[in-house]
Amino acid sequence: MIEKANLEVFAETLLELARKDKDIIVVTSDSRGSGKLTNFGQELPDQIIEVGIAEQNLVGICAGLSAVGKKVFGVSPSSFLTARSLEQIKNDIAYSDHPVTLVGISAGVSYGQLGATHHSIHDIAVLRAINNINIVVPADNFETKEVIKSAVNFKHPLFIRFGKRPMTKLHDDGHKFIIGNGIKLKSGNDLAIIATGETVQRALKACELLEKININCTLISMHTIKPFDEEVFLNSVSKVKAVITIEEHSVSGGLGEKCASVMMQKNIHLPFKILGFPDEYMVNGSQKDVLDHYNMSAEKILEIAKKLIK
Amino acid sequence: MSIKNLKLKSIEYRKKILEIIFNGGAGHTAGSLSCIDILNVLYNKILDINPNNFSSYDRNHYIQSKGHSVEALYTVLCDKKFFSKDDLLTLNKFNSHFIGHPTKKIPGIEHNTGALGHGLSVAVGMAIGLKLNNKNFKIFTLLGDGELSEGSIWEALLSANKYNLDNLVVIVDRNKLQITGKTEDVNPIEPLKDKFNSFGLSTKEVDGNSVYELNEVFLKTPFEKNKVNVIIANTVKGKGISFMENEVVWHHKVPTKEQYNLALNELEELKINIEND
Repeated sequence: MIEKANLEVFAETLLELARKDKDIIVVTSDSRGSGKLTNFGQELPDQIIEVGIAEQNLVGICAGLSAVGKKVFGVSPSSFLTARSLEQIKNDIAYSDHPVTLVGISAGVSYGQLGATHHSIHDIAVLRAINNINIVVPADNFETKEVIKSAVNFKHPLFIRFGKRPMTKLHDDGHKFIIGNGIKLKSGNDLAIIATGETVQRALKACELLEKININCTLISMHTIKPFDEEVFLNSVSKVKAVITIEEHSVSGGLGEKCASVMMQKNIHLPFKILGFPDEYMVNGSQKDVLDHYNMSAEKILEIAKKLIK
Repeated sequence: MSIKNLKLKSIEYRKKILEIIFNGGAGHTAGSLSCIDILNVLYNKILDINPNNFSSYDRNHYIQSKGHSVEALYTVLCDKKFFSKDDLLTLNKFNSHFIGHPTKKIPGIEHNTGALGHGLSVAVGMAIGLKLNNKNFKIFTLLGDGELSEGSIWEALLSANKYNLDNLVVIVDRNKLQITGKTEDVNPIEPLKDKFNSFGLSTKEVDGNSVYELNEVFLKTPFEKNKVNVIIANTVKGKGISFMENEVVWHHKVPTKEQYNLALNELEELKINIEND
């Protein structure tokens, strides 16, 4: 079932929460429209701070608001937020331990044909290397809503990134969401697919194709990249013959390399493939076309899985 | 505290700065000496921050954006009883939290700084937050003059002006030197007062090594309703030690035993002069 874009769910959830809690403050860098926060700004003008196109200042102001007790959400395109302001994230948020939630909108290759300046395929890698910031990449509307609800009273720095296309419903109602706990969507003994964010729905389609040829998959929505859920990961790779990871991110320093590192250090040696963007000048196209081009379509995942298991 | 006692405090603080840098084997000597009078007046006359009220948001706040002059800050916080003199002597020792830049691991410090161009945005966020909370407290932040080359400073000033932050006091330690040489040779920032005023801010210049002038100017804040307060504190880098004053080499230089004793003697003479004044 096709639902809303995670972006819309984020904005609706935040507005709902902020109506009841005057300490929730949103900080934007000319990004309220891109962040679907126009309604928020109209309804709660005292709870939105607009800094203009100045992402470094946005992150510093978030830290300062948090330092005097506000529950702060800094919202800006992920590319600018995590590259332009990386030093502010490192020092003013993470090192100084201000419990700010930084929301990277239009992450991955959501911006499609706008090109590499706007793509954010480095964000997970750079933030993974910074101490004291948690990284969450929700897959669907449910995960998005839950992570925003959890973020309000989260005690440490948090980075959340997502895209802006409508998503497929993945989870049954009443499911439990906890930051740091991956969610098992399928159990099977042939292949484990570990995916994060909006690639989970592509992985799910691939699992359905694989089942038709009797390849049974375990599928994990690894919405939290850091802290990494070693337990659910090791549990899911312990019984299978091969592992595929999928992320809308560079293959350098993302989910796949994290999984490989855990397996190597636990002496688990299995056929293994990381799907993501290679270290090259990227092909131009829509988000869908770019993901398909780099082997993240259900059909390509199927082919790769067959080769790995053979 | 009387002006005379403030002057004596500055002497005592200068001795302590030199002691901990000499003992710790590293430190930003000249920049700490240029800004110590500012910290002296803030902590002894203006801020009313102490170990009892520190954990509350409802008080004045101080963010040291020029984090490298941390020895000045440690010295004042030690005097305000945030930690002991013995703690301070662990400066730069293995596994000590007393390192070359401020961190929240040290009681009395409220934000980690060191990379330049960061503290002002944080101070702006705090000032907005206090206004949203309808609290009548002030945020003071100390910037270096070399630091003003960072673009993020000017981003922060635009926002500070937009939000009418008359509860924000931006102090520039205008000692006119940075690690390479004169600020006006490295990357000119003058006419500085005009620049600040053109951003819509309310700017005053004072002798930043005069505890009297500093006290007077701090008492005048807010200078104008709805306007950000900027104080250009004209200081001397290495102030108080004849052979360190205006010498670029003392930016990050540690005195030898002989230089340390010489410096202490000079400060002792200054102290006697103040006492007899």
